[in-house]
Amino acid sequence: MTNNIDLAFKKGKIENRPLLITYSVCGDPNKKKSLEILKSISEHVDIAELGFPFNCPQADGPDIQNSTYRAIENGINLKKTFELVKNYKRYKNSKPLILMGYYQIIFHYGEKKFVKKCKEVGVDGLIVVDLPWPDNKNFAKLCKKNSICFVQLIAPTTTKKRMKLIIKDSHQMVYQISMISTTGKKLKVSAKEIIRNNKIIKRINPKKNVVVGFGITKKTISSLKECDGLVVGSAICKAISASLKSRQNPVIKLNKMVEVLKNKII
Amino acid sequence: MKIKRGIPLIDQHDKNGFYGGKFGGNYVAETAIQPIKDLSNLFEKLRRDKKFLKLKDHYFKNYLGGETPLFKLETLSEYLGGAQIWCKDVSAIHGQAHKGYHATVNALICKAAGKKYIVGDTGAGMFGKNLAMAARELKLKCKIFMGTKDIKRQAPNVKFMREAGAEIIPVNTGSATLVDAVSECMRYYVSNCDTTHLAVGSAIGANVFLKICAYSTAQISKELKSQLIEEFGEIPKMKLVNVIGGGSSAIGFWSEFIDYPKKHVELIGVEAKYCAPLTTNAKLAILHGAAQYCLTDKNGQIKETHSISAGLDYPGVSPLHCFLKDTGRARYCSASDEQALAAFKLVTKLEPSVKPSLEPAHCLHEVIRLAPKLNQDEIIIYNNCGHAYKDRKIIKDKIGYFPS
Repeated sequence: MTNNIDLAFKKGKIENRPLLITYSVCGDPNKKKSLEILKSISEHVDIAELGFPFNCPQADGPDIQNSTYRAIENGINLKKTFELVKNYKRYKNSKPLILMGYYQIIFHYGEKKFVKKCKEVGVDGLIVVDLPWPDNKNFAKLCKKNSICFVQLIAPTTTKKRMKLIIKDSHQMVYQISMISTTGKKLKVSAKEIIRNNKIIKRINPKKNVVVGFGITKKTISSLKECDGLVVGSAICKAISASLKSRQNPVIKLNKMVEVLKNKII
Repeated sequence: MKIKRGIPLIDQHDKNGFYGGKFGGNYVAETAIQPIKDLSNLFEKLRRDKKFLKLKDHYFKNYLGGETPLFKLETLSEYLGGAQIWCKDVSAIHGQAHKGYHATVNALICKAAGKKYIVGDTGAGMFGKNLAMAARELKLKCKIFMGTKDIKRQAPNVKFMREAGAEIIPVNTGSATLVDAVSECMRYYVSNCDTTHLAVGSAIGANVFLKICAYSTAQISKELKSQLIEEFGEIPKMKLVNVIGGGSSAIGFWSEFIDYPKKHVELIGVEAKYCAPLTTNAKLAILHGAAQYCLTDKNGQIKETHSISAGLDYPGVSPLHCFLKDTGRARYCSASDEQALAAFKLVTKLEPSVKPSLEPAHCLHEVIRLAPKLNQDEIIIYNNCGHAYKDRKIIKDKIGYFPS
């Protein structure tokens, strides 16, 4: 299957650079503003990840938790998330969009209904943090049937044997977790080590696009340029928190910040 | 859905960790998969390892103080004028609650895994306190995650944990109670799973965690079984009443009796009124790595709960109890804050030797309700799984005094 995510990676290969992937929480600080932020940063972003909030997350650090908390306080839910995605996808500069979240929210909504709705509003990919392989096999198949890329995750703790099995069942994009950590912690391993792991994954199947996330900031991003894509999440959420605190417009601030990130990898 | 006879309850899961095909599982982040698998392999090895079992028994006997007493509450039974009420006083254990078994086994596993750091969550502070003590005993570094609301209301246990050398990590997210402490503790584990052993405070979490917990607390029913045979010469027809928060004490109290017919040994679980997923027919949800009945809102978010009892203030419940409920093996009901306090008042007035914490006070409400309806040859045994010392301020505030 070829979808917008493939096209984005192809473009990256032609331009000989990694893709810039951002993560923001849907509804942070509110539904309207989060759509404005998403539209604005799309100018520089290759793929946009959008989190659908869950209030008992297992792998989110404090920055994403703060964003999640704000979004839930301001009334975000799946219905509004799908509305937002639909609106975003109508925007002329929109980029491939990956929804990311925890399984409880999908389970509560109903797997089939969820995937159907994703397809309907134009979601290109899905990341479900706490639905690991092989438990995600059926769900991943359901996604594939609906032309949605189910993104498998690989961690530093994943054994080589398991890695091979995960890659075998993966779609076009694989997410490499850089370090043993929740999101947004300081990078506690060297760029060299991350690249080494990245190459191990790539060697299993060079056709897969392997992006790296966790601990990626403007300080660390340029050292990982060799990867197919780099995900910046907590830094975005942190910047939204900071702009709210200093009563700045997060839309302008985030646009500038993402531009800086982009310039570091082109 | 059926319970298989002759197989321990904790082992009745399929290869993916599900009980009855739908409760439990391993909904965890990829980073934690291998560490959890390693732990699972280690645990399965240890529970069949004679040396480890000997070590465990040694600690249960010499460190936790051995068998806890079983006795009849004569005055209360007489006052209510019905069934004989017996107390399995688990609060007599060193550490004052059933969490002692669970904490000790976890510390021993941590040691066997060659890890130096152990972390755990706590609500009422009973698991925190016991884990801190066990860590000190076995020379491990210990961190306890506890909601800020619970740190305030269970201050005596907090003081105890600090004195035992544990570091307390206050959790201020969400409702600042047990559910948030568990989430934060699991996040800490995801970040440190290469060096740290996670001890989940109840029979909840991914498969191996709830197994370790229920395996440890099973000590209660092993003792009870031999005590009953000594007292009655057989396992009498009886009702075993236990409070349910996460459900670790009840699983331990019941585990030896699962295979008995319901008419012979009836299992009754009592939840706190506003934290009662089993009593209120809550929906199945994924929380803290496992599918379970859990209080959620219309969007699927986990609900905040409210109970006077910090140990019960949790929206979910052990997948093992969901399994026992749906198979019809156990029945579940609930008691309010006021009912628990009234039960505490009555029982401590009539039976000065018993000091139930607010958690078992909930199940005493059901005991008091049931007893007068039954004949004098019928037996109710309740698990006095925690000591009231930690609650004396709350109790004094609510009923005006704390019995001496």
